[in-house]
Amino acid sequence: MQEELFTSGRNIPHIDPSLEIWHWPISLYLFLGGIAAGILFFAALFYVLGKEKEYPAAVKFAAIIPPIALSIGLLALVYDLQHKLYTWQLYTTFRIESPMSWGAWVLLIVTPLSILWLFSYYAEIYPKTEEKLQLLKKFKFLATFEQFIKTNRIYIAYALIPLTLVLGVYTGILLSAFNARPLWNNAILGPLFLTSGLSTGAAAIILMAKTKKEKHLFGKIDLALIIIELALIVHMIMGYYAGSQVQLEAMQLLVGGDFTLMFFGFVVILGLIIPAILELIELIGYKVPVIVPAMLVILGGLIFRFVMVEAGQLTRFLY
Amino acid sequence: MRYAMVIDTLKCVGCSDCVVACQTENDVPIGFCRDWITETVNGSYPNLDLELKSERCNHCDNAPCVRCCPTGASHIAEGGIVMVTADECIGCGACIESCPYDARYQHPDGYVDKCTFCHHRLEKGQLPACVSVCPTKCMYFGDLDNPNSEVSQLLKNRKHKTLAPEAGTNPHVFYLI
Repeated sequence: MQEELFTSGRNIPHIDPSLEIWHWPISLYLFLGGIAAGILFFAALFYVLGKEKEYPAAVKFAAIIPPIALSIGLLALVYDLQHKLYTWQLYTTFRIESPMSWGAWVLLIVTPLSILWLFSYYAEIYPKTEEKLQLLKKFKFLATFEQFIKTNRIYIAYALIPLTLVLGVYTGILLSAFNARPLWNNAILGPLFLTSGLSTGAAAIILMAKTKKEKHLFGKIDLALIIIELALIVHMIMGYYAGSQVQLEAMQLLVGGDFTLMFFGFVVILGLIIPAILELIELIGYKVPVIVPAMLVILGGLIFRFVMVEAGQLTRFLY
Repeated sequence: MRYAMVIDTLKCVGCSDCVVACQTENDVPIGFCRDWITETVNGSYPNLDLELKSERCNHCDNAPCVRCCPTGASHIAEGGIVMVTADECIGCGACIESCPYDARYQHPDGYVDKCTFCHHRLEKGQLPACVSVCPTKCMYFGDLDNPNSEVSQLLKNRKHKTLAPEAGTNPHVFYLI
């Protein structure tokens, strides 16, 4: 038997008995960053492939989501900082070893690019709004700028493909870089969060799609991503099983512990397996309202971020 | 110069004097602490083994907190002391998440705070507050780079351990056992 206790009465706020340093804004941001990365990745990819006209939801119509998601995500991130007035210190340096530094800089580039991407399609996807506001007609420089972005859109697309992949991976690596939190400390978390981000992005595109062809293609893409994600989750659990004592204890939270229902019930079954089955049924030819699997995937992705952030902070090396 | 602390668990009585001395010396806000005492009981009655330890930031060589800091506020200062520059810290909490010893906390003013080995006292040639008040003199402080220093000699001649060495941090607070 071993029993350890603090005799000097340590009870530091947010540290004891378990960490409560990262709250809901971080989970929300990890979800929004992932979905924005997913949508922008597909938008840029299909633009580069020259499929702009065939898949308008992916390239154009879903473009409204990333700027909003990233803006809300950034606000959430800053909201969770405790020394907010010093936020600018992030941009006085680049620290190659710190995932958060990578994230801060990537967001600084991707967020404006996502706004430019939307702006270049604004008149095309919201003709009624433009008719009312007449922004491009009233302000000559906006029209000139729009023309400039349109002619250079291909370069933005080329930049967005690698940048969105970095953004998607970083949301996972942000957590996995902390070896002090055994639940997070596994190399699979980066690819897993990227896959989940791409999958929720594809689901959002399905929701925006109007043609059957586009819905079908993104249904297929989403199905493939869900299968990859399930495989990665199996690998993650296997990694815990084969891990050290602290990782075995961390795994208990997901397998048999407090987060089992949340993780297996809501993330794995409702968020991955059921939408996969529904998408499969739809692909075979039966009629399934696509909004159901798409919403399940998106909600599953959101709950997954909350589970990982909350459960990870319960795991530790000592005490 | 490589500062290290050596604590004799066979001499420590767990009086918490080091904790109070640190809180007083460093003006630690009420409810927080930079060092603390743990009591570990091993075995079952009547064969019990009690170990008392004064714990704090381990001023690791491979400090995960320094690695994760996005602004460079957490850094390794002269003598291997892990320090936080308050007006470079954005209070993101990455270092707190990364510390296997849970030795850091968010100061009510927003920045992250922790043990500094009483850097300000070392500059004046004094010992850290915790070491200087210890009534059983179970704490030793000195330079590991000097093979003749008290801490080097103790680590050479006595059986010792560090906390969570499996975390790969190479901690520099040693416990004589």
